[in-house]
Amino acid sequence: MGRYVLRRLLQLIPVFLGTTFIIYTLVWAIPSDPFAGKCGQRPCPPEYVAKMRADFNLDDNLFVQYVKYLGKLFTGDFGQTFSGVKVGTLIADAYPITIRLAVIALVIEGVIGLVAGVLTGLRKNGFLDNLVLVATLFLISLPVFFTGYVLKVGFGISVSSTAPLGDLIVPGFVLGSLSMAYVARLTRTSIAENRRADFVRTAIAKGLPGSRVVGVHLLRNSVIPVVTFLGTDLGALMGGAIVTEGVFNIHGIGGLVFINIQQQQGVVVTGVVTLLVLVYLAMSLIVDLLYAVLDPRIRYE
Amino acid sequence: MGKRRKTAILVALPAAVALLATGCGGGGGGAGGGDSNGAVSIYGTEPQHPLTPGNTNEQGGIRVVDELYAGLVGFDPTTAKPYNLMAESITPSSDAKVYDIKIKHGWKFHDGTEVKAHNFVDAWNYAALATNAQINADFFAQIQGYDEVHPEDPKAKPTAQTMSGLKVLGDYEFQATLRAPFSVFPVKVGYEGFDPLPDVFFKDPKGFESHPIGNGPMKFVSYVPNQDIQLTRFDGYQGQDAVHFKDVDIKTYSDLNAAYSDLKGGQLDFLDLMPPAALVGDTYKADLPGRTLNSSLIDIDAIAVPYYVPGYNNPDLRKAISMAIDRDGIIKQVLNNAYDAANSYFSPSLDGNVPNSCEYCKYDPDAAKSAFARSGFTGKLTIASNSDGGHKEALTAVCNSITKVLGVACDFVPQTSLGQFRSMITSHQATGMVRSDWSADYPSVEDFLNPIYKTGASSNDATYSNPQVDALLAQADSTADAAGAIKLYQQAEALIAKDLPNIPLWSEKGTAGYSSKLSAAKLSWKRQPDLPSFRLA
Amino acid sequence: MSDPAVVAADEPELEQIVTGKQDKPRSLGSDAWHELRRKPTFLISLILILIVVAMALFPGLFTHVSPTAADLNHARGGPSAQAWFGYDVQGSDVYARAIYGTRASLLVGVFATLGTVLIGGIVGIVAGFYGRWTDSLLARFADIFAGMPFVLGAIVIMLTLNAPGSNPGETRILSQVVFSIAVLSWPVAMRIMRAATLVAKQQDYVKAARGLGAGPLRIIFRHLLPNTVAPVMVYATIALGANIGAEATLAYLGIGLRPPVVSWGVMISDARDYVAAAPHILLFPAAFVSVTVLAFVMLGDAVRDAFDPKSR
Repeated sequence: MGRYVLRRLLQLIPVFLGTTFIIYTLVWAIPSDPFAGKCGQRPCPPEYVAKMRADFNLDDNLFVQYVKYLGKLFTGDFGQTFSGVKVGTLIADAYPITIRLAVIALVIEGVIGLVAGVLTGLRKNGFLDNLVLVATLFLISLPVFFTGYVLKVGFGISVSSTAPLGDLIVPGFVLGSLSMAYVARLTRTSIAENRRADFVRTAIAKGLPGSRVVGVHLLRNSVIPVVTFLGTDLGALMGGAIVTEGVFNIHGIGGLVFINIQQQQGVVVTGVVTLLVLVYLAMSLIVDLLYAVLDPRIRYE
Repeated sequence: MGKRRKTAILVALPAAVALLATGCGGGGGGAGGGDSNGAVSIYGTEPQHPLTPGNTNEQGGIRVVDELYAGLVGFDPTTAKPYNLMAESITPSSDAKVYDIKIKHGWKFHDGTEVKAHNFVDAWNYAALATNAQINADFFAQIQGYDEVHPEDPKAKPTAQTMSGLKVLGDYEFQATLRAPFSVFPVKVGYEGFDPLPDVFFKDPKGFESHPIGNGPMKFVSYVPNQDIQLTRFDGYQGQDAVHFKDVDIKTYSDLNAAYSDLKGGQLDFLDLMPPAALVGDTYKADLPGRTLNSSLIDIDAIAVPYYVPGYNNPDLRKAISMAIDRDGIIKQVLNNAYDAANSYFSPSLDGNVPNSCEYCKYDPDAAKSAFARSGFTGKLTIASNSDGGHKEALTAVCNSITKVLGVACDFVPQTSLGQFRSMITSHQATGMVRSDWSADYPSVEDFLNPIYKTGASSNDATYSNPQVDALLAQADSTADAAGAIKLYQQAEALIAKDLPNIPLWSEKGTAGYSSKLSAAKLSWKRQPDLPSFRLA
Repeated sequence: MSDPAVVAADEPELEQIVTGKQDKPRSLGSDAWHELRRKPTFLISLILILIVVAMALFPGLFTHVSPTAADLNHARGGPSAQAWFGYDVQGSDVYARAIYGTRASLLVGVFATLGTVLIGGIVGIVAGFYGRWTDSLLARFADIFAGMPFVLGAIVIMLTLNAPGSNPGETRILSQVVFSIAVLSWPVAMRIMRAATLVAKQQDYVKAARGLGAGPLRIIFRHLLPNTVAPVMVYATIALGANIGAEATLAYLGIGLRPPVVSWGVMISDARDYVAAAPHILLFPAAFVSVTVLAFVMLGDAVRDAFDPKSR
């Protein structure tokens, strides 16, 4: 296990390098000048553009630019925006609310989704099963911004960046609603299949109480795909939710990335996305380790 | 700079007093009214550049820079009439080439140092010097010696550090000599790029950016990117346009609808434009009873028809397109009456505008059809623009109107960002018509012609070139008499209106709303909140 | 490689529904067909899908109004006898646009899902089956795509493929959107497939097949796929809906389908600023999206239940 973790951590290095390089390349591959729109209807003075290009190493070839960028990154310097704001500051301002929103969404989708999935998986085709099926269908079929608008208008919510947790429940619900449906359905399928598995029959045959069979044997084996999904989803949620953040005017990481892509602020985009990819990689490592904990049949040598 | 924010005290003292009296509503009649130490919050967008005069040129930054700094000249928020703010006097020579500028005594920067003539000269020289790469450098191009500090060729090194045309004549007097006569100069110095900078700036320009110090009515408190900028009243301010509250919180929004719901909910006190949904059926008037206001913005929205696009160098086609656009119908149904249809190349609220000077700007389907038949144009028309800011709806409607009248296919081509869109235009790669809007930098008809229609001008999106127009513009620039200059500018406009390089569409009226925390407020001609007119309820 | 086999294995049920013969009394297909015919959800969803497909293929059957005709005098007009769903901001008939928008929305949904499931399924089963360094390599490769924000990738793809100012045609915009969605969302399908494969690999029948000397391809297609396809199917039915939604989201952000293409997403994005003032402009295309997604998910559910003998 220890060796496995070490190996995975080592694997992070090429992925990290690959991702940052791809993103760096992609942002600069956008075929237009990031300073063209900076002066409204007027073109910018060429000296201004030249100085900005020099400051941001845009005239070097891509590889040199990338190495310069990495060099700074390793000294903890994320660089700064075209208007001179430190990228580190931007991230520090935007990330806390994104994390809070992501955790709330995950808790909502995890708890409601799992409970609904387990209950329906155990009693298929009952009233509850149909109710949950219809409810999840409903959630899946509504576009996020639609749910967002309806709930926003319904609750009259506008969230500031220092919002208390309570204000984030509705946006969190909107953000987690689609995944909640996925979780409920995955759990339901998984429970229904495992109910007939040998180890469950054996447990029942041994005369174990129903709650122990469900809680220990059935649930533990059935949540594996669900855990995969939740882990991946948390990684994605941490990346910010552009639509949900936009609808509720939350100044999180999603909006930050979106605005800066449009402005072609390569330094900001690469910095933020690098961080997001690291978070994502950490999440997927944790998910893989959870496999081993949850399912004794899976071993990492 | 602080130009547009004062309430006409110099122009008409009684009017100002009347305004103060209405400002406190039914309260009791005390001057000022409400809590003079209160705080207000206003809508803002993220500044795109550091908050210094020479490097700020967009709404989000100007909103802050206007409060932090005060320039030589201010403008009345409503009429856009210039008045002397920091200037004691601006005296032109008879040929409009040399300007003698005296400034008022006793004005202070926020750090306590006095504002002297060299603060203006140093700031102008700094902004103009090529190696400082300031975004507003072009505004100084008319001053003698500009070509030495800012050579035409971007790769060439400046041969001087300061412009020879600027001379400090004392602590409170300096002289500006221009390369060629330019009668609009006293108005142009009202642009925020001409505001002074304190001595501390020149010691450490980079450090200054994180805590700017100006001479304006408000001083800098804090800036949290993507969240807000906080300013507080500068009690040592000498201008007529001081504010009647203490703190202002300029909140950063990326979504107008969010700002509007904050305004309705009382979390925001002033919003200078209404989202489309609020304009439909005048919803905003019901949402904000008695708390809405209009202003006369000085701007014009147009579409440029680039001459280099194959088939577009065709006067009949231009006339046909222009006359096929049902401006009034689109304004009523799509733009929710927030605009006035354009019938000239100037903003209607601009001094010197001649109504109906553009004869082809009237909707005339029959004339449009016959002009189109004469043009012999075949193929497809397109209008490109960035699609945010309501441009998509309006320009799609323009296309639909053209298609309906002329029967020619017309597509709106959305561009992902303003940067992408503008770089396509500046590199002359447009494949069809392009949106070409203009907002005044300073209130003069000159600003609506020289930058857009002079051969090779910086914002000549259509690549228009007419020697007669160029000659008239040059003649107007060098006419010292303001009224005489305006006449010449109008003649140039008449020629442009025959050629139709750009097709004028409409001018925005300017619609704002405020919360019940305020009892009075105004919106300036630049679509900036006029803080001196704000009164707390 | 193994694409056709995966396609076949992905939807064996559908094929059997179509070709299933009644005369083989105990075949899985006919059993399922028998059960499906009596399931109301199956019949309802099938009818809905047939209607949607018909709208996509022959929009002219449903309306005689052109989706691009616009009369400003009707702008934002509510539902009436002339226009059942009212008019949009430009004064175009919302009903006509919704009908004509079906094709683009459906194409994006179907092809993007197909792409996602194909790429994700293949990579996932290979990673899960071979394990070791293959697994690590593929999993890390997937991580790069999964960690990248969807919108960043989509913007870059759309921007780099289209020169500024160009006005690409309908097919080109459509394929770019499909490509963006598929390339950026396959890792989810891959992880689900991989997880399912890891479990299935440990089953006795797989070990037995291996012991009997079956080759890797045979094991994958005969033994692993049939037992791992269920969770991916669950994902695919939901993903189809999500992808129709993704089309709308991209359009909403201004980087997806765009005029001259008419799609539900384009309509929704046109309506976004007018929700409060003229809700019908948003409501009807959103309802079309919802009903279509609903139909596909219901169909997926019904078919899966019918073909999964364990769930009976």
